[in-house]
Amino acid sequence: MRNSATVFAWRPDRNTTSGIVLRSLFGEPPVAVATCVCLLLVAIALLAPWIAPQNPYDLAALNLVDGRLPPGARGVNGHLYLLGSDALGRDMFAAMMYGLRISLGVGLLSGVFAMSLGTTLGLVAAYFGGRVDTLVMRAVDLMLGFPTILVALMMLAILGQGVDKVILALVVVQWAYFARTVRAVAAVERRKEYMEAAFCLGLSHRRALFSQLLPNCLPPVIVIALVQIAAAISAEATLSFLGIGLPVTQPSLGLLIANGYQQLIAGFYWISVFPGLLLLVLVFSMNIVGDSLREALNPRLQK
Amino acid sequence: MSTPTLSVQNLRTHFFTGAGVAKAVDDASFDVAPGEIVGLVGESGSGKSITGFSVLGLIDAPGRIVGGRVLFKGEDLTTLTPEALRRLRGNRIAMIFQDPMMTLNPVLRIDTQMIEAVQAHTRVSKHAARQRARDALASVGIPSPDERLRAYPHQLSGGMRQRVAIAIALLHDPELIIADEPTTALDVTIQAQILAEMQKLCARSHTAMVWVSHDLAVVAGLADRICVMYAGRVVETGSVDEILERPRHPYTIGLIDSLPEKARRGESLKQIPGMAPSALKLPVGCAFAPRCAYATSLCRSAEPPVTGEGTHLFRCFHPRSGAPA
Repeated sequence: MRNSATVFAWRPDRNTTSGIVLRSLFGEPPVAVATCVCLLLVAIALLAPWIAPQNPYDLAALNLVDGRLPPGARGVNGHLYLLGSDALGRDMFAAMMYGLRISLGVGLLSGVFAMSLGTTLGLVAAYFGGRVDTLVMRAVDLMLGFPTILVALMMLAILGQGVDKVILALVVVQWAYFARTVRAVAAVERRKEYMEAAFCLGLSHRRALFSQLLPNCLPPVIVIALVQIAAAISAEATLSFLGIGLPVTQPSLGLLIANGYQQLIAGFYWISVFPGLLLLVLVFSMNIVGDSLREALNPRLQK
Repeated sequence: MSTPTLSVQNLRTHFFTGAGVAKAVDDASFDVAPGEIVGLVGESGSGKSITGFSVLGLIDAPGRIVGGRVLFKGEDLTTLTPEALRRLRGNRIAMIFQDPMMTLNPVLRIDTQMIEAVQAHTRVSKHAARQRARDALASVGIPSPDERLRAYPHQLSGGMRQRVAIAIALLHDPELIIADEPTTALDVTIQAQILAEMQKLCARSHTAMVWVSHDLAVVAGLADRICVMYAGRVVETGSVDEILERPRHPYTIGLIDSLPEKARRGESLKQIPGMAPSALKLPVGCAFAPRCAYATSLCRSAEPPVTGEGTHLFRCFHPRSGAPA
């Protein structure tokens, strides 16, 4: 008897890595929806300059008369404001596409840098142990002891605004999460016999670390990576909302939310709510995909 | 006889724990000639595995080699730098472990692991390394090696995994293999196949091998010589025939008597009374004295020296003569 899940589910070959990944991304209907949403949003972010109905950065193209138009209204020159416009007369639909581009870009870049740094430090700490371990883990404790936003605020107060500075601040606050998790997993894996066997093969430290130990620690890293990228997007939104993140000329989703926040009570709900919903959908679907990938990429859980 | 491949001389490996000094290996000596298989036999905790690890310099803190020499082709391994030891490991000295499920990396395909192992010691292309891995798998009797190369360890059976582990050990044509109970986790038919395979390989390539095992029956069928270890010491060493036909040390006799094959059907199995002493608290004199039926006050006060004739050596004040009971 086939249930509805099997009818809709796509079942690629389960013997190849790509097949396993495809199955995990599209095998179950809810995950498949989340994956499609993620892909769609990434595609929109990439293609924004070509598909957006308006360039929100081009101040000359904006018309102040078209400010705060409700969703579906037409401007003086006949432009359709599908999701309304903000105080400057920016098309919210276009602004969100560009905002998504910036939010995703900042989130991905800081996530990848934080992952590389944190994973390496965590592995090294677990592998060598002793003083190296103590040094790295006390640094992690120190970082995790401060509230994320506080550290990022301090960093940006010192460094000033800018995309590169926001990424740097996010890496500084996020590497510790990777380091702590990787170190915990690696410390267990390090004691296993296959690592002893790896020493008996005479592998160099570099090879033992990165080609033997690292692959065994990857499943949790993948999950935290997606969760942390989502967290980085939220953190960037928070920083921008507070007005110290990205410059106003490059509005991310957080900045868009901030722009509409004061007008929310006045009834201009669309300026804040639509970017907020987009942020929610983005972060939520990334978390779902990350979780599904974790289960799939662990060979010990495969049947 | 030419220079032995491995000569362990008065090796002492101690563990400095909070509860005191555990003398895991305390004065162990034996030689292994090229092409020779030496069985290192003893109960759990007799120091046989630690002896194997000491040879490779793989003793982790709080353990330390505190005395003796490990000569590999005349070179003392205990004085080498960690980097020099690393270059020997897996290359000229290989190790095979007890449980192949645990010793193969669970998330890497067999080819990835074998290519790693090849490239750790020789600068070859990935393609050449893969070819070598394929040949090694074929040489240990693995059918359709190309297919196995693409498999993950969990997709192979226990026997197949151990063959892969052996193939990895053979990748660099080592001069010495240290095998730590490699057939214990396998069923008897697979065990017999692997034993035959190992014997052939050693004879063919003149590889010296130390076979660590608690199973005297397995060692008897495989090895050329046997070292019986007890409480960190080699208590008796000799050829297989000498040990099995004319054991002199009461402990060796006890081991042989406790083989189930020796007992008649229905008769209760013989066992050695008492327990092996803790490495933390070895008795004065002969470590076996508290369990020995022939022990005298001399045994309990002084350590018996190594005596014997030719290749058959033992440590006992009151050696037995003739066949085991």
